[in-house]
Amino acid sequence: MRGAGLLLPFAGLLAAALAWAAGAGWLVSVTPVATAFAPLATFEALQQLVQGSDLWVHVAVSLQRVAIGLVFALVLGIPLGVLTGLSPLFSKTTTPLFQFARMISPLSWMPIAVMVLGVGDAPVYFLLAFAAVWPILLNTASGVAQLDPNWLLLARSLSATRRETLLRVILPGITAHILTGVRLAIGIIWIVLVPAEMLGVSAGLGYFILDSRDRLAYSDLMAAILVIGFLGYLLDHGARSLHRRWLHA
Amino acid sequence: MNAPLVDAALTGADTATPVLGAHGLSFAHAGVGTVFDGISLAIRRREIVALLGSSGCGKSTLLRVLAGLEKPATGEVRFLGQPQAAPHPRSALVFQQPSLLPWLRLADNVGFGLDFAHQPRAGKDALKARIAAAIEAVGLAGREAAYPAQLSGGMAQRAALARALAREPELLFADEPFSALDAITRAEMQALLVDVVHRWHSAVLLVTHDIDEAILVADRILLMGGRPGHLVQEWTVDIPRNREDHPDGVAGLRLAILAALRHASP
Ligand SMILES: Nc1ncnc2c1ncn2[C@@H]1O[C@H](COP(=O)(O)OP(=O)(O)OP(=O)(O)O)[C@@H](O)[C@H]1O
Ligand SMILES: [Mg+2]
Repeated sequence: MRGAGLLLPFAGLLAAALAWAAGAGWLVSVTPVATAFAPLATFEALQQLVQGSDLWVHVAVSLQRVAIGLVFALVLGIPLGVLTGLSPLFSKTTTPLFQFARMISPLSWMPIAVMVLGVGDAPVYFLLAFAAVWPILLNTASGVAQLDPNWLLLARSLSATRRETLLRVILPGITAHILTGVRLAIGIIWIVLVPAEMLGVSAGLGYFILDSRDRLAYSDLMAAILVIGFLGYLLDHGARSLHRRWLHA
Repeated sequence: MNAPLVDAALTGADTATPVLGAHGLSFAHAGVGTVFDGISLAIRRREIVALLGSSGCGKSTLLRVLAGLEKPATGEVRFLGQPQAAPHPRSALVFQQPSLLPWLRLADNVGFGLDFAHQPRAGKDALKARIAAAIEAVGLAGREAAYPAQLSGGMAQRAALARALAREPELLFADEPFSALDAITRAEMQALLVDVVHRWHSAVLLVTHDIDEAILVADRILLMGGRPGHLVQEWTVDIPRNREDHPDGVAGLRLAILAALRHASP
């Protein structure tokens, strides 16, 4: 029955490709450049790109930025989340602030980030970390709140040290929640990444999109869009299966 | 066969010392007031004591105080004759829910915490043997590599019992350990509990509000009641095991306890 499980998603993709071809066909009648947007031209460009080395460099740079942004978000988000989950005082003090900050599109910080951190990778890391820290923080906090009180009793009945309680009960106990946060964070990072790479950097998928536009290489641009979607899908899939494997469900 | 060696230091002259002795215990939750007051009790070695009482009378709180997880407002608890300042390594807990750690395999759940800094040092092989014996005793041999999500409720509670046994407890604290199980599994678990604690030479404090469970399992039954809670009455159960085979004795004691319960709650 595996075939049937793949059939529907495949049909969906095929329908989208047909709609894309139809849309591109109509667009050609308006502006002739649009032939470059059509599926066939795009897939030819994609084939060229995949065989060359340029695209891979941009992909590698982008993925590295994702990883670094995520690490910053984890380093900040997990301790703050644990603190929020454990201390009602801290939670009450910071919740409105966090909810406020969370609703500001990270990209609105862009000009200030570039001014303070200079042109280059640093403002991109800042934006990605700033976008990703909230889901990690909030999920960590709710993980702490949902810890089984009996686990803590068990730890106390074993006269566990603080360190043992933290490393053997609390952290593994909230890891599933942290992984949920990571999955959401990766989704957000991936969305913020491309616009964040459109300013002041000279590599990465966002840069590649702008560069394709400037070269009038619209088939490359469309191919990059496909690559972005595909990589995002893979990242999300990876985060999901990590979550499943941790829970052994 | 798989029962652990009896601790040589404990088999000698001091067998008369109770495992657990409590004197004049009282406890108050902030804001709620006194939960129980004036509680004294002793649990002898290898004795199964059931603590019976209506919901909310303070059984779980008393159990936590006796287990060293909470400090009493007044009174003291002695474990094997020594004042108990922290939970004793030779005591173990079983809760109403199995509360296994879902990220650990069964064997690691059963051995959880045996390597903690404040637990008695034991060799790796000795620990492995203890874990294996506990798993075997609860009938889960062969499932060592399973994760909790792969176990049924009854199996998970067996695993929780094994986790307590692996500590070779002198005293097992169990707070309504079977009340979340279906009737058939519960009866099996009651029989299993009696079997394993006899083999492990452990004493048990079993909190329950199931009168039949108390009668079928315990050597002695304490009835708790009133507000603040105190010990109302106690019975020594001298019905021979298996007690299901002595319905008259069981029914008689049951009626006596029911009558006392009615008196205890006006
Ligand atoms: N953490 C707490 N803070 C304040 N009050 C509490 C707390 N835990 C329990 N209490 C109160 O203490 C009293 C005794 O609770 P306890 O859980 O010991 O009763 P119990 O006999 O075990 O009840 P049950 O049979 O329902 O488990 C109850 O009135 C309860 O509301
Ligand atoms: Mg209770």
